[in-house]
Amino acid sequence: MWQALRDALSPKGFELVTIGLDTLGAQGCRAFMEAAAPTHPALIDSHHVVADLFGITNIPQSVWINEQGRIVRPAEAAPAPPDIPRGQPPAMSGELPQRFIEIFTEASKITQDAVGYHAALRDWVDNGDSSRYALSATEVIARSRPRNADVALGHAHFELACELERRGRHDAAIAHFREAHRLVPDSWTFRRQAWSLEPVGDSALARFWQGPAPDRPADWPYAGDWLTDIRREGPENYYDTWRP
Amino acid sequence: MILESLDIGRSAFEQGTGWQLKPEGACKGEVCIPLPSPPGDEVHVESLAAAMGLPLVKAGEQALWALGPEHVSGHALTTADAPDLCLPDLNGNPFHLSSLRGRKVLLYAWAPY
Repeated sequence: MWQALRDALSPKGFELVTIGLDTLGAQGCRAFMEAAAPTHPALIDSHHVVADLFGITNIPQSVWINEQGRIVRPAEAAPAPPDIPRGQPPAMSGELPQRFIEIFTEASKITQDAVGYHAALRDWVDNGDSSRYALSATEVIARSRPRNADVALGHAHFELACELERRGRHDAAIAHFREAHRLVPDSWTFRRQAWSLEPVGDSALARFWQGPAPDRPADWPYAGDWLTDIRREGPENYYDTWRP
Repeated sequence: MILESLDIGRSAFEQGTGWQLKPEGACKGEVCIPLPSPPGDEVHVESLAAAMGLPLVKAGEQALWALGPEHVSGHALTTADAPDLCLPDLNGNPFHLSSLRGRKVLLYAWAPY
C-alpha cells in the first residue's frame, strides 16, 4: 500500500523509510519484508530506538522530515492510504479461534482519519515548508510525546529488556518489560512487543495472540493483554485523534 | 543505549545518545546541559548520566546497562533537528537517515506482531 504511494511521490523528491520494530530483529521481520519487496530503505529496529529518539508509541506511526533534516511533524498515527482497499485478516486453515474473532471485532472499531492525513501528506510533498501541515520547530517539540523522568526510565527498562531477550535471557527480560509497561503506560508498542514474545500456538498468528494461553492462563506474565487493554481504553482511543 | 562498561569513549557516548559533548556542556540542537567538568576523550557514564538526567538501569549482577533517553524538554523531542538515526536493513547493512538530506522523508514505524 505504502510502496505504491512512495512510487507515486518519489519523483517529487519524497522518500519512504520503513522501520520494523521487533526484538527478534530480521528473524521476526523477514517474511513481511520479503513479501513487501520494498524499493525504499526498509530498516529493522530491534531495541525500539525510534521510541527514544522520536517518541513512537504505537504502530503504524510516522514522522515527517524535511529536506534540511528538520522534523516537521512528530510521531502520529499513519493510516493506510484511503484509496487502497484495506487488507483482510490473514487466512487461517481451520476454524479461527474465538480470541481472534474478538480481536478483529475490536480492531474494526479503531478510528483513523486517513483522508485528512493523506491530503496533508500530499500537500506537504507539493508545497514543502510552506504547507500548513509542516509545523514550526516549537510546535513539533510541543506535540511530541510528553516525557518525564519516569517515562525516560521506562524507556531504559524497555531497551534493557530487548537486549536481555536477544541474549536468550527471556525470564530476566520480563521483569524489565513489566517495569517499562508500568512507567510508560501509554505505549502500545512496549506492550505489544512484550506480549508478542509469549506466542500461543504455532500458526502464523501465534505472535498476534497477545494474551494468556487458554490452557495455562496463570502463566501469563503481564498485567494486561491486547483485548483487555483495548476494551479498557476504548478502541476509539487506540490512536490519538489526528490534528491538522 | 546498551553498555557493557560505564567507562566508554567520548565518541561512543555521542553516537549512542545523540548528545555532543562540548566545552559549554552536553548539546543537542539548540539545547545545552551544563556539565560539572569539561569532557575528556573518555567519559564516565554514571556521572554524566546523573548530570544530564539520563536514566541508567542495570541488569541484575551482570555488567550490562541500558542508558535511557533525556526528558529535558518535557517531551520526546528536545529539538526538531532529526537525529542521525542509523539502523540495519534486512541484510544487516547500516543505513544512515542523514543520507537522505535533500529529500522529504516519511519514517514509517510498523511491527510484525
